[in-house]
Amino acid sequence: MSSVISRRELLKRAGLAGAAAVVPIGARHVPERSIAGDAAQSAAAREPLEHLTAAESDVLEAIVARLIPSDAIGPGAKEARAVRYIDRALGGALASSRGSYASGLAAVDQYARSSRGRAFVDLSTEDQDALLSDVEAGTATGFAGGSTAFFTLVRAHTIEGTFCDPYYGGNASFVGWDLIGYPGVRTIVSPDDQRLGADLPPNHKSAYDYDMFNKASASASHATEMARGD
Amino acid sequence: MATRLRDTDVVIVGLGAVGGIAALPLAQAGLDVIGLEAGNWLTKRDFAPDELRNNYRGWPQSAQKANQEIPTHRATASSPPFPRLTIHPMMNAVGGTSLHYWAQSWRLNPWDFRVVSETRRRYGASRIPAGSTVEDWPFGYDELEPYYDKVEVEIGVSGAAGNINGNIDRRGNVFEGPRTRGYPMPPLRGCGFTDVMAAAARALGWHPFPGPAAINSQRYQNRSACMYHGFCNRGGCHVDAKNSTAITTIPKAQATGRLKVVTRAYVTGVDVDANGRVTGVTYLVDGVEFIQPAKVVLVAGYTYENVRLLLLSKSKPFPNGLSNNHGQVGRHYFSHNQTAGVSALFPWKTNSWYGLPAQGVAVDDWADDNFDHSDLDFIGGGNLWVYSDRRPIAAAGMSTFGRTKKSWGAEWKAFIAQNADRTNTSYLQKTTLPHEENYLDLDPVVKDPLGFPVCRITAEYKANERRLASFIQDKMEQWYRAAGAVEVLRAPVGPMGPSTHAYGGTRMGDNAETNVVDRWGFSHEAPNLGVLGASVMGTSGARNPTLTAQALAWRTADHLARNFNAIAARRT
Repeated sequence: MSSVISRRELLKRAGLAGAAAVVPIGARHVPERSIAGDAAQSAAAREPLEHLTAAESDVLEAIVARLIPSDAIGPGAKEARAVRYIDRALGGALASSRGSYASGLAAVDQYARSSRGRAFVDLSTEDQDALLSDVEAGTATGFAGGSTAFFTLVRAHTIEGTFCDPYYGGNASFVGWDLIGYPGVRTIVSPDDQRLGADLPPNHKSAYDYDMFNKASASASHATEMARGD
Repeated sequence: MATRLRDTDVVIVGLGAVGGIAALPLAQAGLDVIGLEAGNWLTKRDFAPDELRNNYRGWPQSAQKANQEIPTHRATASSPPFPRLTIHPMMNAVGGTSLHYWAQSWRLNPWDFRVVSETRRRYGASRIPAGSTVEDWPFGYDELEPYYDKVEVEIGVSGAAGNINGNIDRRGNVFEGPRTRGYPMPPLRGCGFTDVMAAAARALGWHPFPGPAAINSQRYQNRSACMYHGFCNRGGCHVDAKNSTAITTIPKAQATGRLKVVTRAYVTGVDVDANGRVTGVTYLVDGVEFIQPAKVVLVAGYTYENVRLLLLSKSKPFPNGLSNNHGQVGRHYFSHNQTAGVSALFPWKTNSWYGLPAQGVAVDDWADDNFDHSDLDFIGGGNLWVYSDRRPIAAAGMSTFGRTKKSWGAEWKAFIAQNADRTNTSYLQKTTLPHEENYLDLDPVVKDPLGFPVCRITAEYKANERRLASFIQDKMEQWYRAAGAVEVLRAPVGPMGPSTHAYGGTRMGDNAETNVVDRWGFSHEAPNLGVLGASVMGTSGARNPTLTAQALAWRTADHLARNFNAIAARRT
């Protein structure tokens, strides 16, 4: 729990403040026009990658946009900035996955070229979906350890990056929490808040927007959610 | 060269859920106690409502001693090992895992103390499962009742009594053993969803009740009431409403002036003299070695830590590990059969985004021996528990109950957008018995960073656990359907790997041939060595072990305080 504020920390905080500012409190979903993600994309263009290469980032952005697509229901993983979450975490909690991303993303692109004759990002969304189905099923070639393992890894991290506390760089503008109707982090919950049919206004705050908490200090290790039981 | 410290009366290895309890009666009796804890102090400021950190990255457990020595696991002595876990939820800190546990604080049912004799009496000796090494406890529920009561009052347990001196109250658990008085606080409140489930249970003719929790339902001992904020599961409490020994018994023991807490202390061995008498412990702080002499040593780590420390403490009098001359250390190990869960999908929102695992409704009609097993092919039972607890990453990762083709893409996204708050997963704790083929020992290959072997689990669920699991899943499905579930999903029994409910390995009993500690929790072989924790328990019951382990710890400490001179001077 270092008190030194890093450049990354400052970037994160700036991103948070900006994200919170554009979403009116009480809005169930982000307004339709922002779904295109223009603001987010231009921010991405300005914001340097921390660990992924530009080529890796392009492929990964295209993948997460198919895993949780932006559509009439609302924004998806791209708008949530799931790739920003993964990029930052590859230097910390997900560091052990750095090699898997390097080889897996290269394999996706190579498989796209060999099976469809084009780079993954240049395929139609239908072809991208069909190719990702191959990767999920384990039938895509060129993956060390099999393509299913890579698919499982990316899907898990995409969900984390879409639905995590925005402190970690994902769930931008709280699009993930709004998508599933999570009313947000609260420190006090009343009996009325817990009745059936309660319609709570979404609380668009990070846990670390509350002054009462020390900043997170997650370790470098990582696991999927642990089996139940306490 | 190790630094030899000044002698003390009692050294406690581990200041968690049980060591933190034992420290209080010892200090209050005027004994000088040193508590060695591998972790640090944490406070409520450290417990942010952060799902990623708590539930996915295993903070703050992940960087600690307990996680550097995660046990390995294989199903049988001839099976290959399973992949080793990277995070185990047990943690080191002052207060230990009581900082982030669910805090469900049950008393065992009287049947759990007398499984062998009661099964023989009611169904015949042939109904004890073949291969099980289960024994009756050396005493019954009545012997432990006063200690349950002391702990409930000291740490603060909320609950609804169902049996006070034989007077049955249907607002509580009508199947529980008799209590001498009610809980110090009323139960945690229910919520919309648990109210629906309770009504469904009543419609089935069952007896639902709110479960007991070491969480304040109202202000208690100058600590806040629960805020129901939804991050209690693998998270510490941001308002100190959840008891941990770090905010209850340990500070109270320190206030006597008799307890000294040493943090970041990794105990590497229990020391003995040529006569097999325990003389103290050796520990490291940041790599610097200390010897702490003591008249009595209480080992109070988690089950895997207790067993491992004894097995690592080899000496001339104990060549196979401390207190292991009968080969019983590591034997009679089992972990609670909490797998084989049941999940349900409802056609309406359950509003379960807040609450806590201890805010729920229980059914004990199918637990222990509360129902007739004459025509069944197993003994024991399960506690059915439904609760309010949901966070966004896990919610998005929900099962789609076979209703989507894929677990990604637009169709899947539409499903989770509609159904993320329409599911529930029950918690089914089921009787688990020790078995001659299940045990703990030291791994011959895998070592911790200090070079000491880690604990190895050799265990699998046997026929009794599997048959029981199927029966309990039927009951849970029936309950969900009665409440309006449209889909129900059953999880498999699965492997019997590292668990938060690990029992045995230093079992308590009168017979020194089959038990490591006597009825007071002291070694049959090294009489000034005591063991605290669920490692002394010989049966699991159908409910969380912590309160029972804490009541046993208080009882052992009380016995030690009353008989200190005799125990400290006793010769082998």
